[in-house]
Parts: sequence; C-alpha cells; structure tokens
Amino acid sequence: MPLYHDDDQAMLADSARGFMADEGAIAKQLRHFRDISCKDGFGHALWGQFAEMGFTGILVPEADGGLGMGHVEAGIVLEEIGRNLTPSPFLTSSVMAATALGAGGDDLRGRYLPGLLDGSSVYAVAIDEGPKHRPERIKTKAERAGNGFKLSGTKSFVVQGASADMLVIAARTAGGDDDADGITLFAVPKDAAGLTLDSVRLVDSAMAAHVKLDNVQLDADAVIGEVDGGRAVLNKMLSAGRVGAAAESVGVGMGAFDMTTTYLKQRKQFGKLIGEFQSLQQRAAHLYSELEIARAAVIKAQQLLDGGSDKAELMVSVAKAKAGQAAGLAVKEGVQMHGGIGMTDEYDIGLYMKRDRALAEFMGDQYYHAQRVAVLSGY
Amino acid sequence: MSAPMSDPEVFRAEARAWLEANCPPELRAPVQSEEDVCWGGRNFVFKNAAQKAWLEACVAKGYTVPDWPVAYGGAGLSAAQGKILREEMQRIGARPPLSSFGIWMLGPALLKFGTEEQKVHYLGQVARGEIRWCQGYSEPGSGSDLVSLQTFGEDKGDHWVVNGQKIWTSYADKADWIFCLVRTDKANKYQGISFLLFDMASPGVSTKPILLISGNSPFCETFFDNVKVPKEQLVGELNRGWDVAKYLLGHEREMISGAGGGDRMNTIGAILSRNSGVEDPLLRAELAMFDVDALAYGAMGEKFLDEVKVGKGHPAGSNMMKYAGTELNKRRHELVMAAGGSAALEWDSAASNGGGRARGWLRTKANSIEGGTSEVMLNVIAKRILDLPGA
Repeated sequence: MPLYHDDDQAMLADSARGFMADEGAIAKQLRHFRDISCKDGFGHALWGQFAEMGFTGILVPEADGGLGMGHVEAGIVLEEIGRNLTPSPFLTSSVMAATALGAGGDDLRGRYLPGLLDGSSVYAVAIDEGPKHRPERIKTKAERAGNGFKLSGTKSFVVQGASADMLVIAARTAGGDDDADGITLFAVPKDAAGLTLDSVRLVDSAMAAHVKLDNVQLDADAVIGEVDGGRAVLNKMLSAGRVGAAAESVGVGMGAFDMTTTYLKQRKQFGKLIGEFQSLQQRAAHLYSELEIARAAVIKAQQLLDGGSDKAELMVSVAKAKAGQAAGLAVKEGVQMHGGIGMTDEYDIGLYMKRDRALAEFMGDQYYHAQRVAVLSGY
Repeated sequence: MSAPMSDPEVFRAEARAWLEANCPPELRAPVQSEEDVCWGGRNFVFKNAAQKAWLEACVAKGYTVPDWPVAYGGAGLSAAQGKILREEMQRIGARPPLSSFGIWMLGPALLKFGTEEQKVHYLGQVARGEIRWCQGYSEPGSGSDLVSLQTFGEDKGDHWVVNGQKIWTSYADKADWIFCLVRTDKANKYQGISFLLFDMASPGVSTKPILLISGNSPFCETFFDNVKVPKEQLVGELNRGWDVAKYLLGHEREMISGAGGGDRMNTIGAILSRNSGVEDPLLRAELAMFDVDALAYGAMGEKFLDEVKVGKGHPAGSNMMKYAGTELNKRRHELVMAAGGSAALEWDSAASNGGGRARGWLRTKANSIEGGTSEVMLNVIAKRILDLPGA
C-alpha cells in the first residue's frame, strides 16, 4: 500500500480541514472555553457537530452503526484537531474507548456506542496511576464480590474524566502489580457509588481528573472482554491512543510551523524581513524536514495497525516518539522565532507550546517510546 | 480452492517465483565489501560466477532497471509492481544485481532530456551493465558554487575541444564514460553550460586518484587536455546543460539519501547489541533514540519513493531526503564506532576486515558534502519549499 492518502482519504482530509478550521478554530473553541473557565474544557455543541460529520463513529464497525474506517482516517481528523488546537473528546472517546468497546459484547456495545455515534455521550479512559505513563504496572484492584467486582485504587491524568458518562478503567483481577496477565477492563458508569473525580485544569486548558475508586461495586456485565485477559484489549486501546496522539502532535507541529513561517515573512528588523536571515532559514528548513519525517512515521504506523501487522507496535512507538520530538521542536522554535510577542497570551503560538507539552505526555513521551523501541527490537 | 488473486497478488507470486529460480543463494546476503558490489563496465571483473549469473538473469528480465520502458532495457513495471519487486527482493535479502551511476543519475536525465537515439543507445548499455559511468561536475574552484565551473569546450564545427579539470570524480579511474558539465558560453553563467557525454578512453583524458582520510581513493582528479567530443554527444539543448544538471542532482541526492535502501525495520541497536554487546545504559539510550529516527526516516524514504512514482510530493523533496538521510548516516557510524570501542579503531587487521568500521565511519563524513552540502540543502529547502524571502 503506498504511503499516501488515497482519493477517499484525501476527500476526508479536505472536509476535516475545512470543518476544523472553521468550527474548531482557536478563538471559537479553545480560547472561548478557557476564558469562561468551562468545567469541561470543551464544547458539547461541537461534539454534536463531530457526530453529524460522522467523525465520532470513524472507528466503530458498520454493523454497529459506525463508518468502519481505520486509524489512517481517525488520524486525518486528529491532525486537523491538532492544527487548530480544537478541544474535543475525540481521542479518548472515539479512538480509545471505541477501540476498547469493540472488544466488548453486544450488550456493552448496545449500551455505549449509540451515545458515542450521536454525540450525546463522552467517554474517558483511566489507565495511568502516577505522573508518568507506565501501563505495565497496574495496582488498581478489582476483587470478585457477589455477582460482580469491587474496584479500589487511584488513577491519574484521566482527560475529561469529570465530563465523561463512562470511564474505561484498567484494573487488576489477578497476579502482581507488574504482571502482564491478570488485567481486566471495566466500563464504569459516572454515577457508580464510590467513584470520585477531582478535576484539575492542565497547562493546555484541558480538564483532567484524579480518580479515586473506593470499593466501587460493578456488575459482571461491566467487564469489557475477558476477565484476567484484558491486557490484549488494553494494548489495542493503547496503540490506538498512541498513534492517534502522534497524529494530533503532527497537526500541532504543522500548525505552529505554518504560523512561524508566516511570521518570518512578515516581521521586519534591521530593515529586512527576518525570514531573510540564513540562521533562521536553516533552522526552519531543518524543522520542516523533521515534521515531514514524523508525518511519514505516523502514516506508516497507522497503515501497519490497520493491516494487523506484527510490526505495528514497534512503528506506533516510533511514531509517538518521533512526532513528540518534531512537534516539540516546532513549538520551541515557534516561540523563539516569534520573539517577545511569542511570550504573550494574546498570540496563539504559546497555546501550541502548551498543547504540545500535554500531548507529549499523553500515552507516553519520547523517552518511554524510545525505550519501547529498544525492547521490541530485542535490546 | 483459493480465492481468485488480484493483479498485485499475481505479480507478487510471479516475482517471488522468478527470484526463487534466478537469484543465486550467495547473492542473498548483505554486501560485506566493495568487491561484493557489481558495477559492470568494460573492465569489470566478477567476484564469482554467481554474481555474473545474477546480473545476466536480471538483464534478460529487464530487472536491472525494472521501471524503465522495455525499449530501453527495462521491464516497464508500474509503480505498484516496482514496489512489490523491491519488497520481494528485500524479503530474501537479494543484492542489487547492478550498481550504477548510469542507473541512478544519468538514466533519469536521459529519459527526460535525451533524444530517442540517445535513449536506445545509452540507456540500453546502462541497463545491460556494459558501460560504467562517472560524473564530471565539481571543479577545484567550483564546489557548492557549482555554476561557476570553468572547464571549457571550444566550438570546432562538428565537435568541441574540451579543456579543464574536474575533481571528486567518483571512480573516474574505473569508469568507461563520463557525463560532464562543460562551459560552452563564457558570457553567460547559468545559460552557458552544456551537458556532454564522452569516452574516458578519448585522447587527452587522464585521472589521478585522491587519497582520502579513510585511506581509500574512491574519488579522482580528472584532467581534460584538448579532448575531442562529437556534437551528437550533447544531451539537451546547447547552453542549457544547467537544467539537465539540476534535474540529475535531484536523483543524485535521492541516491545519497539512501531512501531506497535496506531493511527499513532492522534497528542498529539490535545489531550492535548482538555483535558487540552494549552495556553502557547511556549508549543504549542513544541507540534507542537513533533507532526512532532511523525507523521514522525509513518510513519517509518509502513515502518519498511512493510519491515520486506518481508525481506527488514536492519537486525539491530530494533535497530534504539528502539532508536528513546523510546526517542520519553520519550519526549511525558514530554509534557503530562507540559500540565497537577499541576494536573499531583497528586499521588493517584481518579481524577488523581491513579497518572496515573505521574506514566506513570516515567515509560517511563525505555524505553531507558530496552532491550538495547539508547547508546548501537547507538553503534549497528554505527557498524552494518554504518560499522564505531572499533565500
């Protein structure tokens, strides 16, 4: 399969680009909801529009009423989200939770997918238990109790957790903290007794929750997939989230880069456009090269994941690490090349820097994924 | 009964069967030394019968240049078929049957600018590996500023008489013919250069190998003393050789970038850990960060070639590939040296394969100089892709 978008994908990219630049624009969404101190950090009206566009069901199979597309298509939407810094539950709900629910039974899918498809529901994922992404270690316990399970533990960095109608929670039903086996995924409704969420605002104005599970009683029908055999589903959900975050990172990097090269062509100092200075030209050219390479890594990872390749996991980690590096460079160079104005809240380039920082941590940073590349390569 | 196969699957099965039948087992291993590379040409000495058989099989099938038209010695494969053939060759680790500046550089230029007669004649020779080519571009006073070149061809009616000197001519001492930039109008800088082809055995041509820091001499100084070049050996229009040169440089940069090469999923960290062991955690971390970049660049190479085949992508994209690929290759060899420790410093011992690692490491330092320096590449990206002012 060639590593570029086919005609259908190019059409989707066109429509996503137009939609996001208009409806998802920074002034309309990110700044608006930040400035009113919105408790969700995003707009439910836009989420409804995502549903009308069909975006919410991109990864949901046609049999379940979705579009039955793949990670390449989800990534097309995510790149535009990144470019416009559009706050939305797309990555957590339509990419990660949808991937997890795909492993669930008819009952679970029937309970949760319709709300996702029509944009009336928002779902979150609760995996991390500390400040760094470390899904190999899961301490949150789920003990058998009555007809179901009792969950206790804590989760952190649950993006939009307090806005979610349901949380996908990874818990341990057997084995030690670091065991690969013994994991079970649960679909936990927001009103479950014993579930408390402490919502905090992050640097990029997104809301994330510290989740406390205090003997949360769940029926057996809350289990997604197999009891004790949740690691495979978890890994699938992680890969989806990682390659999705990588695609969004590329969008963030491209957005910052476009703003910066535009500025280089407008700003004058010493009687010249600053874009005439070779030191800035060469740094911009290097950055362009890094972003193009990151984008290639991302589409390769998406295609391998969609094709079910055994090299997909390796390439997903390459994509997440490389996209994080490249977008990180784009926002740092962006702020520096804008000079003083880049430090002002009024100018958007700083918003790109903040979003990049949060996205870099989400689902593992470049160090976590470089380490994973080494392990998956056998060293 | 199996399901009916789609066309690409049929082609893949055919290619696989053909390779199985025709690629000798000895040729299904990585290139270990220079003599494993088949350059072809009048004076080429095959390392063994297998190397010769592999070349002959590919020539007969058009697989030395699979995507060239059949009339010029190729197999006329589509972009998709070409990719499948590359994948199948990579799968069994088949070596390229023929390495050739004629294929990588002159060929694309002739396909675009050559006359029909030139294409049939020269491309056929290239495809069959009969003529080994070298490139006469750089001069002692014209490196990055190539367009200032001085080698001059005086018009003598039905021929030119060429005088001057080229430098960094790769394998000039082994080449049969040269494609050469020659000034044919001293009054016009850009539109005063012509692209000429001539036989290195012509009277007045001499070469002198240059000893490099690697201890090897892949490059020569090349001297022209009243060399007679017939007018029909001009490619493209008179005085418009710079257009041909620039087009060819794009292909040269693509070649040096390594975009088409190797197993894109094989990480250097795994190889070095297997071979020498990597105990230092910081070196291991560097290897991991490098492998991220290398695997990402592998995807970029695949994407670049996919896009080139269908005319997508930016026309100046090869400059980006050359910049990124050569900087990456230099980093790769720094890590090979670091992982190898003192063993990698040995210069001529048998154990070190004649200083293979040290000489290879030094050789890579030229990657970001030859065919346009990294700095020139960045300037071209700034100007042609980013459209920055005054670039």
